[in-house]
Amino acid sequence: MNQPSNPIANTDRRDFLKISLGLALCSSGSISMMSLASAEASGTLNAYVSINADGSVTIYGPNPEVGQGVNTSLPMIVAEELDAKWDDVRCEAAPVQQQYGMQFAGGSLSIPMRWDEMRKVGATAKEMLCRAAATQWGVPRKELTTADSMVLHSRSGKAAHYKDLVAAASLLSVPDEADVRLKAPEQYRLLGQRISNASAEGIATGEPIFGIDAQVDGMVYASFVKCPSIGGVAKSANLEVIKALPGIIDAFILDGTPGPYNFNIRESYAIQSGVAIVGKDTWSTFKARETLKVDWDLSTASRDDSDAIEAEALAALAAGKVETEIERAGDVGAAFASAAMTADATYSTDFVSHAQLEPQGVVVSAATSAIEVWTSSQTPVFVTSNLVKLLDVTPGNITVHQLRGGGGFGRRLSNEYIYEAALISRRVGAPVKLQWKREDDMAFDYFRAPTYYRLQGAVSTDGQLTGWKNLVASASADGKTANYGAGYRPYDFPGKVIPNVAIEQSFVKSQTPTGAWRAPISNVYAFAEQSFIAELAHTAGQDHRDFLLSAIGDKGWIKEGDMASLNTARARATIEAVTKAAGWGRTLPEGHGLGLAFFLSHSGHIAEVAEVSVEGKRITVHDVWVAADVGQVVNLSGLENQLQGSVIDGLSSMAAQSISIKKGAVVQSNYDSYPLLRMPQSPRVHVLALNSGYRPTGAGEPALPPLAPAVCNAVFNACGERIRALPISKAGFTIV
Amino acid sequence: MTTITINEKQHSFNGIDPTMPLLWALRDHAGIQGVKYGCGVGQCGACTVWLDGFAVRSCQLPVGTLDGRSITTVEGLAGNALHPVQQAWIDHDVAQCGYCQAGQIMSAAALLERNPSPSDDEIDAAMAGNLCRCGTYVRIKSAIKAASGAMTASALFYNAMEAEEVSA
Repeated sequence: MNQPSNPIANTDRRDFLKISLGLALCSSGSISMMSLASAEASGTLNAYVSINADGSVTIYGPNPEVGQGVNTSLPMIVAEELDAKWDDVRCEAAPVQQQYGMQFAGGSLSIPMRWDEMRKVGATAKEMLCRAAATQWGVPRKELTTADSMVLHSRSGKAAHYKDLVAAASLLSVPDEADVRLKAPEQYRLLGQRISNASAEGIATGEPIFGIDAQVDGMVYASFVKCPSIGGVAKSANLEVIKALPGIIDAFILDGTPGPYNFNIRESYAIQSGVAIVGKDTWSTFKARETLKVDWDLSTASRDDSDAIEAEALAALAAGKVETEIERAGDVGAAFASAAMTADATYSTDFVSHAQLEPQGVVVSAATSAIEVWTSSQTPVFVTSNLVKLLDVTPGNITVHQLRGGGGFGRRLSNEYIYEAALISRRVGAPVKLQWKREDDMAFDYFRAPTYYRLQGAVSTDGQLTGWKNLVASASADGKTANYGAGYRPYDFPGKVIPNVAIEQSFVKSQTPTGAWRAPISNVYAFAEQSFIAELAHTAGQDHRDFLLSAIGDKGWIKEGDMASLNTARARATIEAVTKAAGWGRTLPEGHGLGLAFFLSHSGHIAEVAEVSVEGKRITVHDVWVAADVGQVVNLSGLENQLQGSVIDGLSSMAAQSISIKKGAVVQSNYDSYPLLRMPQSPRVHVLALNSGYRPTGAGEPALPPLAPAVCNAVFNACGERIRALPISKAGFTIV
Repeated sequence: MTTITINEKQHSFNGIDPTMPLLWALRDHAGIQGVKYGCGVGQCGACTVWLDGFAVRSCQLPVGTLDGRSITTVEGLAGNALHPVQQAWIDHDVAQCGYCQAGQIMSAAALLERNPSPSDDEIDAAMAGNLCRCGTYVRIKSAIKAASGAMTASALFYNAMEAEEVSA
């Protein structure tokens, strides 16, 4: 099942960024820009920018929109350099085509990987408009300025709207890159402003813009029933009974493809066996499932038991069972031997589901050799290559449309539902809308992996954190490598900052598929690390904030110029800003506590403080302060939204979300057994967006990891109880 | 046959299963897709519509029980201008993915129709049935307060206008 051969899992994030950037730059340099050289006058200046006769400017957002705001923020970057009037900009989802490069949404990479490309796209289009104006007016190009979709010549008072210049501009050859000047940050008029989501009105009025809303002529509806125990195979089913039910068109067993059914989003088109029910509407197929009886062959199915996985992991940690070494620095033994004080604590986390509000669903037309897909996938870029393998068709016959996704969080990186729909559509000879039930979505998720940590720290006689040991117990299908998201990433902190460090690993067998869940690895590791730092500070009798700042130190960039690397000055600035805003050290009401955490993930330096009160086992989270440095702010409203949302989502997942597995099957089935945080439980969230001016990086993920440790540290300060397992409901706590 | 008034227009559902939840009747048979499927068990609120003016979960209402009743969905909320709640959602840039927001808007608008100036606790109570994994609750709350202000101000304005007309 979960095999180690995962190209993305095995690629360091930075390499992934380089690969992605390489492709993106390639596309801007050689493909999309080449399309500028046009034989006929038009409104189109390149693959991203069209200027319309009514003066509006269409800007295509290349990457999937799943709520992270990229179909607003990426066009904003183009519009900034183009000097387009934002009120006249229409943001459209780009078609899925090779010229748009890496069309995926993951790793908080959309902004950093598109930053240079989007700026050049806008600036190049602007340069062409200016050249067209210069020729038309017989004036030097350098005397022209631009603003609000106009080219201006102040000396003569001439002015022309882009719409009146675009036809001439579209006939010009592409300017040399050296002749295209990008703005300096102090010239920005749009970037850093609060801009409402480009689809805000469509969302508020119910326009059918989501994946689930796709409809095509002749479409039939399908539901697909798989074995509850992952990997089980459908032997037989009461298909004739199902076919006779009202509203049902067909029912058949789909053999599926050989596993492993792992999280291999680039290469895998593997789908599990199951029963397809095809009907004239969604409800008929759902209702027929109540009558369906399937005989499953369980010989190849997972036999996972999440309680057993946890017990085995905790036993391995208690015994100090080391199977591999991940990282080592200095002399850990000496640091612990000479320490004034040491601590040793074990932290654990559970499987969790994505539970995004839109369950997987897709429309696929594979009845003829011309294949068409309408999807809210986070990886539309990988759909065509896998359909080619699955259906044995040529890539030129496949068209993929990207639609808005009702939440991503990593859930829509995997496309198996598209491949299921493709096989069903081919079999029934009609376009198919496949709709997963919520229960399917929860049962067949690529879960956040459970991970377990035994942390040990040594504090020297002068109060410095000098020794750090971390034994990580990772879920593993083969007993040799961590399943996706269950490993440990060699973080700059503590590995490159604390002088004596040993990170070691143990494996516990698990067949349950895991995948990318918002801020993979960091989302669980940060809880352990940042809680343990607070434990050490407390045991050493030091203020947590001072101890944390001292531990992070003042080395500056750990790897100069690598945006994913720790910059201790950026870390310090966020910690200082957030503690100042929260009033760190102030006298609190009885039963209240403040808790602090800092974490760097996805290039975002983020510090958070939570204020809680605790009555018995009932926790009220009153306020959370977030200070974030994700570099140059692109859309301030979008950034604030991501930061607020990450706090709420972090609290939601730490409160009571846990997926348990029995005999390879998921026990929870819907929001009644797998609760999301509700409004009465949610805190006030105060956002400090620090515009450090560094290259912008993504904001969808990095603000989630610090939330759980900040809240648990606050709970300790409020009531003296240290929480070392997520969700906190395992220790009887509830968020009220 | 079941005939329902949907957004002030009569719609007849012929030959469909009367136990079909209104959610699927609207989405698959009436071309009304603002209403969203999230859970199917009345837990998430993404399918919230108004039944005779009250916010309800359309995934829990068999369409066959609704003959002669009146349904309002997010598509029918605006009059000549957007409803103040819709406008506040845009102005406060509430949505992230936006999938739950039609349901959130229908719950919020139903609250303000009955209680134009709700307290924080009243907002919490009215909105507790609508889930959002993106975590937009902070902005939902501020948007409801802004819409409340707009509706109250507009009510005061029209009341004043009417009072002037009467006195004139």
